[in-house]
Amino acid sequence: MTGTFRLALLASTVLGGAAAAQDVTLTIESWRNDDLQIWQDTIIPAFEAANPGIKVDFAPSAPAEYNAVLNSKLDAGSAGDLITCRPFEASLELFSKGRIADLSDLAAMANFPDVAKSAWQTDDGAATFCVPMASVIHGFMYNKTAFDELGLTPPKTVDEFYAVLDRIKEDETYIPMAMGAADQWEAATMGYQNIGPTYWKGEEGRKALIDGSQKLTDEPWVEPFRQLAKWRDYLGDGFEAQTYPDSQNLFTLGRAAIYPTGSWEIGVFGPQIAGAFEMGAFPPPVAAEGDTCYISDHTDIAMGMNAGTEHPEEARKFLEWVGSAEFATLYANALPGFFSLNATAVEMQDPLAQEFVSWRETCEPTIRSTYQILSRGTPNLENETWNASANVITGAETPEEAAARLQQGLASWYEPQK
Amino acid sequence: MAQRKPFRWHIAVFLAPAVLVYTAIMIVPLIGTLNLSLFNLTEAGERVFVGLRNFATLFGDPRWSESFWNALANNGWFFLVHMLVQNPVGVMLAALLSSPRLRMAAFYRTAIFIPTILSFVIVGFVWKLILSPIWGIAPGMLDAVGLKALFAPWLGREEYALTTLALISVWQFVGIPMMLIYAALLSIPDEVIEAAEMDGVTGWSQFRKIKLPLILPSIGIISILTFVGNFNAFDLIYVSQGALAGPNFSTDILGTFLYRTFFGFQLQLGDPHMGATIATAMFGIILVGVCVYLFAIQTRLRRYQF
Repeated sequence: MTGTFRLALLASTVLGGAAAAQDVTLTIESWRNDDLQIWQDTIIPAFEAANPGIKVDFAPSAPAEYNAVLNSKLDAGSAGDLITCRPFEASLELFSKGRIADLSDLAAMANFPDVAKSAWQTDDGAATFCVPMASVIHGFMYNKTAFDELGLTPPKTVDEFYAVLDRIKEDETYIPMAMGAADQWEAATMGYQNIGPTYWKGEEGRKALIDGSQKLTDEPWVEPFRQLAKWRDYLGDGFEAQTYPDSQNLFTLGRAAIYPTGSWEIGVFGPQIAGAFEMGAFPPPVAAEGDTCYISDHTDIAMGMNAGTEHPEEARKFLEWVGSAEFATLYANALPGFFSLNATAVEMQDPLAQEFVSWRETCEPTIRSTYQILSRGTPNLENETWNASANVITGAETPEEAAARLQQGLASWYEPQK
Repeated sequence: MAQRKPFRWHIAVFLAPAVLVYTAIMIVPLIGTLNLSLFNLTEAGERVFVGLRNFATLFGDPRWSESFWNALANNGWFFLVHMLVQNPVGVMLAALLSSPRLRMAAFYRTAIFIPTILSFVIVGFVWKLILSPIWGIAPGMLDAVGLKALFAPWLGREEYALTTLALISVWQFVGIPMMLIYAALLSIPDEVIEAAEMDGVTGWSQFRKIKLPLILPSIGIISILTFVGNFNAFDLIYVSQGALAGPNFSTDILGTFLYRTFFGFQLQLGDPHMGATIATAMFGIILVGVCVYLFAIQTRLRRYQF
């Protein structure tokens, strides 16, 4: 009896082993370690159920180290099969070095509009190497409860915006706006890139800067800095030493009324606030009532294939699925604030996420002005913009000086701007 | 006829492990770095020998040289604050501790030394919290004694940030000069002190005329340790101000400048060749500093044998 049992056990082990060997395991490289649980509990099981025989393993590393870690893994040949792509330069470099594969012929690519793919294409648009996953939208979050208390409504124009800030400042219950200058990127990303498109008219200005017909010292590019300089009076005490987490906490603890930010905070803030007050959002205010509004709808995350993968068939299968409407719905709902780039409209449950995404219908979308091409050289325009924006907010540089410095740096290596 | 001395193999055998380990983990990487600074990439991405052209860029190109001199000047100030505050305070504390009438000397000694064994990450984070204008206890404490007006967001102001960080570093490391000087003071023989007392040299003049000359070699060693430590510093600035060493690069020292260049930052891709060039320049600066100390200062220090 025991003998038979042992034999059965042995047989099952051998057969089981053989069955497991037929399973292909795909490993995903990513910097989104915050999303580990969502991938493991929601996204991967959905794929595995529909595609027996393929196992997927989500293996993220820390965001700040991702680029360096990925590069060395790819050089050593130990990187995963699927690579989460940063937008523009970082991924383009991987593609031109032959580290990630050309995916232009993937059927799912047809599901994405050109602007969504532009972050993961060669400059001439001939080859696309990553499947776009999500974008993030900039705007302002506000404390609805505080606004109701003070009888305020979300501002539409710039004048209304400052009127609201003045009113909150007078009242003294709340800090009008939560933003710090210590980390620099807040000032640049949530300040300059947030309100900037309104002044440089989104894509129009961004492309004009790339082809050299506009300069950073032109009015549309200096005016956002002037606005940032005005914000100084509405920030909390000691904002010079206030960091990004400080700002987040000031807002989620209900001490600040307005928070210039991006949609990626939705998923994080919801549970932190836990109903203590109601959150709302408004898009960057326009100069005059009825003007076209512009929003930064920044293509942020995509997925490509390691050119050296042993399982290209299965990896492509997974990528086709990433490009499908099913994945878009799953992802957008699991991570509110990361909006699908898929051309098919996605149903979202989160009201704040719906608010953000509704601006796509009324406003002209663009991406962050410094990301495409302009941050290819040294000095790096994006990094310089961080420093310039923070300087303008603290008053270390005037808006004109900051703009002139950025222009000088860009012109030093970028041919069309010389 | 004198027999030729056999080659003393045991010397080589006993030296070998240290030489091998030191060569493998110090000398080879050092030479690798120096070598890397002589290469750069062409437009096509091939690595070519460029001689000293990277150094010409670092010192000649206004963008690079401005950052470099800014970092060097900040580093100089960082070092100066340590020399003017950390070491005198360390000597003073040691003198107080070695006083035979002091009670609970062991407690003070331990308490002052403890920050030294803390990690930079903890020190940077704790001080950032203490000084935070939003959650920190510094504004509240100043308010309690009616000096709220003196408070400023020190780490966020260009004119104060570097000095604040230097003083935080002094707070952390003051235990090291204290311990070294304390040991030196304890090693002064009682006969010398007694002889001084017989001659009527006591108190402050005893410290200045008898003890200070005897601990000068220790002070020299501490100075050179401070110099090397400060010019290799990186951690505290990186932890509290990030790789961009804000506000407006006012806390940028050679270490953070090297880090940003070598590993890249945000959209800026890393440049190992320029990074190695900066590392080589740092190595040069430290080498010159140490040589000046060894040949110009240490040889003139008088030593006393008892």
